[in-house]
Amino acid sequence: MLKTVLPYLLTGIAVGGQYALIAIGYTMVYGILRLINFAHGDVFMVAGILMVYIMASGLPLYISIPLVLLLTAAIGFVIERIAYKPLRSAPRMSIMISAIGVSYTLQNLVLYITGGLNKSYPKIPFISESVSIFGVNTKMVTLITPVLTIVLVVALVLLINKTKIGMAMRAVSKDFETSQLMGIKINNVISVTFIIGSVLAGVGSILYFTNYNTVIQTSGAMPGLKAFVAAVFGGIGSIPGAVVGAFIIGICENLIKGLDIILFKAGLTNTSYGLATFSDAFTFALLIIILIVKPTGLFGEKITDKV
Amino acid sequence: MSMLEVRDLIVSYGGIEALKGISFDVEEGNIVTLIGANGAGKSTTLRSITGIVPIQSGSITFMGEDITRMDTQKIVSKGIALVPEGRRVFSNLTVLENLRIGAYLRKDKADIQKDIDYIYSLFPRLKERNWQLAGTLSGGEQQMLAVGRAMMTRPKLIMMDEPSLGLAPLVVKDIFSIIKTLKETGITVLLIEQNANAALHAADIGYVMETGNITLTGTGAELLASEDVQAAYLGKSSK
Repeated sequence: MLKTVLPYLLTGIAVGGQYALIAIGYTMVYGILRLINFAHGDVFMVAGILMVYIMASGLPLYISIPLVLLLTAAIGFVIERIAYKPLRSAPRMSIMISAIGVSYTLQNLVLYITGGLNKSYPKIPFISESVSIFGVNTKMVTLITPVLTIVLVVALVLLINKTKIGMAMRAVSKDFETSQLMGIKINNVISVTFIIGSVLAGVGSILYFTNYNTVIQTSGAMPGLKAFVAAVFGGIGSIPGAVVGAFIIGICENLIKGLDIILFKAGLTNTSYGLATFSDAFTFALLIIILIVKPTGLFGEKITDKV
Repeated sequence: MSMLEVRDLIVSYGGIEALKGISFDVEEGNIVTLIGANGAGKSTTLRSITGIVPIQSGSITFMGEDITRMDTQKIVSKGIALVPEGRRVFSNLTVLENLRIGAYLRKDKADIQKDIDYIYSLFPRLKERNWQLAGTLSGGEQQMLAVGRAMMTRPKLIMMDEPSLGLAPLVVKDIFSIIKTLKETGITVLLIEQNANAALHAADIGYVMETGNITLTGTGAELLASEDVQAAYLGKSSK
């Protein structure tokens, strides 16, 4: 029984970690700008494409990975400065539409460069290797992802709670104007937020595409949406919420993918219902349910404005 | 030369002139108050001095330097602090963090700690609540924190926007004694109040604002004695 469930569980945990790394970008940007950054999934995809081209140029891995992360950070920074900063005092709908525009721009750019062909993702030594755990064969990346995710999340939480820039981020997320009165340059703080979110999405993309092998211009859409649901599920604006939500979604999704086999092996059924089809639907059904039952999510704060 | 000189300041919101060309001075070491009814433009005046509200025309000079249209962050670094209306403490930060964030631009770590200790000696209640989130404080405590936070910027001029608003009478008394303490420590205070009586008692100089104009000026005592002020703001009959 365990042998049947374990592969799905392991993949679920890994995918959950990858969603978590994307979801943090959504939740942090929302926390500070109250913006659903629809371009975030595409930044994740672009990080994947960058890796393809940079590795193809023959650069060694220890340069390629930092370079990919650096460029991803730069893309996040530039997007914010060009597409969102000029709309700082515009209605929230305008900036959201701008985000959708950025999303399509990135996709079309990549379409133009790649010609719309699936690019095969480079094999990264060590994390692409196969490994056997409790008799289950999987890739190293499956085991590394949750560990790396947790390490990065802990580092991020420490940054936010213990450093000066972290304090500024919390202040800005609460009150732009008063933060300015403290001498905080809010644009810098917002840039830092986008940079952190993009770098984490970059790390996520390395892990994710190592698992899925190919990148195409629409590759960011589904993981982006899933991560967004994870952020809403966990309570948008909350980092622990996004991480927990991402792991729950990743695990559930993959268990559903294997549900037919699991049920069969458990002797509960002897026909296949094709339940795996519903793994994506599950995530979005979860979104609808959470929005109805607890719109603030698992860890979301209730916003009570004192007048 | 005055510490702060405001000249012919015009500020508009969406086509409506909130300030119609006001001029006033704040002398170093004084408590200066702007009094007036709701919508007279008092808050707008303070907000335009800090650069939060865009200025249409006119000039603002601080310590001999033109600060008109300077970035808020730069203005703060020149030594102007604003204690905003409604206190606006960072409710998601602890009391200590709220004080630390006031010192955001400062690099002198040792002095920052000294200043925190000094503020805690002024407001022992805050020290007790050091690790509490500021959102859990009472209104009076939040006001103390907002003043402490402003003091952490090491300002030469503190501007206070309705510090007594919504506070119990006893707490209001505390707030005004704090304002006097600020003056004693050499900080200049520009105070906005609806509580005209208390403000004028504390103030060296007062200005009366009405719908975007300054209509009267004088020492605190003169304005208290003025029949117009008494009738309009102190609730006394002009007979």
